[in-house]
Amino acid sequence: MEIANITKKRLIEFLEKGKRFDNRGWLEYRPLKINLGISSNAEGSAQVFLGKTEVMVGVKLDAVVPYRDSEESGVLAVVTELLPMASERFEHGPPKIQSIELARIVDRSIRESEIIDMKKLCIKKGEKVWSVMIDIYAINDDGNLIDAAAIGAVAAIMSAVMPKIDKDDKVQYGEFTKDKLPITSAIPTTVTFYKIGDKFVLDPTTEEQDASELRVSFAVSFPSKEKKSKKIDAENAVINAMQKGGGDATLSSEEINTLIDLAVEKAASLQEKIREEIE
Amino acid sequence: MTYEKRYDGRDFDETRKVEIKMGVIPRANGSAMFSFGNTKAIAAVYGPRLMHPQHLQNPEKAVLRCSYDMLSFSVTERKKPGPSRRSSEISHVIMNALTPVLQLENFPNAVIDLEIEIIQADASTRCAGINAAALALAHAGIPMTDLISAVSVGNIGNKICIDITKEEEDYEEDGEKLATDIPVAFAPRKNRLTLLQLDGKVKPEVLKKVIEAGNKACMKINEAQKKALRDLKMETELPEEEEK
Amino acid sequence: MEAKKEAEENEEMKKTEKKPKKGESKKEEKSEKILKIPRDIVVPGEVIVSGEDYLPSDGTMRESMNIIATRFGLVEFIGRLVKVIPLSGVYIPRRGNTVIGKVIDITYNGLRLDIGAPYEAFLPMKECFFPHGRELEEYFNIGDMITVKIFSIRRGDINLTMRDRGLNKLEGGMTITVNPNKVPRVIGKEGSMVNMIKQETGCLIVVGQNGIIWIRGENIDAELLAKEAILLITSKSHIEGLTDLVQDFLEKAKKGKEKLIK
Repeated sequence: MEIANITKKRLIEFLEKGKRFDNRGWLEYRPLKINLGISSNAEGSAQVFLGKTEVMVGVKLDAVVPYRDSEESGVLAVVTELLPMASERFEHGPPKIQSIELARIVDRSIRESEIIDMKKLCIKKGEKVWSVMIDIYAINDDGNLIDAAAIGAVAAIMSAVMPKIDKDDKVQYGEFTKDKLPITSAIPTTVTFYKIGDKFVLDPTTEEQDASELRVSFAVSFPSKEKKSKKIDAENAVINAMQKGGGDATLSSEEINTLIDLAVEKAASLQEKIREEIE
Repeated sequence: MTYEKRYDGRDFDETRKVEIKMGVIPRANGSAMFSFGNTKAIAAVYGPRLMHPQHLQNPEKAVLRCSYDMLSFSVTERKKPGPSRRSSEISHVIMNALTPVLQLENFPNAVIDLEIEIIQADASTRCAGINAAALALAHAGIPMTDLISAVSVGNIGNKICIDITKEEEDYEEDGEKLATDIPVAFAPRKNRLTLLQLDGKVKPEVLKKVIEAGNKACMKINEAQKKALRDLKMETELPEEEEK
Repeated sequence: MEAKKEAEENEEMKKTEKKPKKGESKKEEKSEKILKIPRDIVVPGEVIVSGEDYLPSDGTMRESMNIIATRFGLVEFIGRLVKVIPLSGVYIPRRGNTVIGKVIDITYNGLRLDIGAPYEAFLPMKECFFPHGRELEEYFNIGDMITVKIFSIRRGDINLTMRDRGLNKLEGGMTITVNPNKVPRVIGKEGSMVNMIKQETGCLIVVGQNGIIWIRGENIDAELLAKEAILLITSKSHIEGLTDLVQDFLEKAKKGKEKLIK
């Protein structure tokens, strides 16, 4: 059941006092938990919990013929399924715009950050390259699927290994090498702000999401010059993807300026948490 | 030459390790995870709820809408998302395996949505799915006369094996495939069969033994399912009498 | 009010009830075999009683000599009746229940409401209650919450009324949703539990039988305190001495707040 008018009013009043129904601060995430390797048949996989929100993400690799315009680089695709299992609001059938938009936001953050070193995914120039398929499934929806999906995609990528191939460059399905999927230091982290009344919150529950009139997602990465560096330096921040969505509301330029700074700050701290969880 | 010792060292009438977790999808009215070793299924139930579109309503009873599918990365070669002929058929046989015990006449015009996803596949996925589904339906408070249990029985190199793995499914002798997969499900109280499928070659008299072996295994699985439901008391909330 | 009446009826029935223990009745009659005792958890398909002395009620069925559980829940004997108190599942509407519903559509002849049941519920215009001189579509908005009573259910058609005491559109406050099977615990014996929360938090509380609960207090903090107390009941409802637990919780919470103010 979507939020009642009276409850929405209360939620907004309460937010103005700086409080949320579950005692969190405006910009506080729910507890994050990541389990890696949920499917031993995937090159990489992860289960992500943000409070009660749950997503599962898998990375599958295959050797394919490259696109003509980029003969030396790998191929990437991100697909999302908002399973009807995850919410009474999701239905079977061809992908709805909600699910396409989610996949596209995650796709851009992965592609533009260059977390996957696509140049290293060439097997034979113009003949065979690796394709990286990232499948994201919503398992239980309690709000903020975008950030949960983005975290899941990054976790699955970071844990992925390369499959075995035979002499004819055919993949031995289900057999893996010890080599990691080549990644860079530019790990993208997506933070999505939701505007409720005059306030912006992070990581909303379904109830809060229902009460919101607008959302803005930022995918931020912190590429480091030193290749092996694990330090996150806000100086290096690069914004790789952005998306305003949801509702009829608009943003002022002051608001967007504040959000950009907040996004960098929050992405850095969220990324630290993600790395802790993965290690 | 026959299949003398199982690849994973199990007894021939032994299932893999069974793990059950209830309430894995908080948003659903009922949910459960069921695994046979590396085969892991989750099931969620929504409803009984209003049936859309209206022309699909049945004025005599609720409709059980069942969907079985595999996550794309649950198998070694990526499965394209969305329904296939295989998943449609399995959804249908799972529905038929469960409806005999459901008292659907209590909810005319309504729909009960049953969603099954395989997270990790190592054969016997439909059976793990049915076991998870039976638990999710009970958890959702759907009235039913029995709790269904399912297991796949294999005839591997002329040996009857319970709960076969992918490796056993691919068993060969001298280049000839000698593995037959026979998934069965039972309503255990009266030993009624609710699922029967076969894929391979098997002698009629062996088939009779296979079904008997399947029945025995289902009884054991049923005990594990009942225990999981009873143990739910500690984790979730039960009403208790107010007065002493 | 309705809930109270129901609870009282239940009380009376419980007084007359005899509580059989496992095997106890074997001595009385040979054909009788009680396999479950009150408050045992049963799973669909399990035999509760074997023999003809008992009668199947909600959540059970007779199959030759046996009474079998058809729902997951707790066994209860009321006199000779055997029933299963469900622990989970969606709200099953019953005539006379007071519920809280959300307006999802306004039509020319009434309101369509979502009451969390398997069917949609309709509140005909003539059963609506609103101030004189106001128009239906002006007084009610989509997303409004209304306390209503179920006056008829016919094959998936639920008809509602507001023509009874205490039924109205809810103004201010907030609503929360709990497992409808826990509603009796939230209300407590003769309303004791909900009354205690009302007293301690100073909130107005209306508990719908469908698990939707309305809370309105002097401020949001009071409402959230009442909400937390209710969620405590539904999450710990298997614990004995729940009333004390909730009282403790409320007292501690209040003291904590006073300290903050001082």
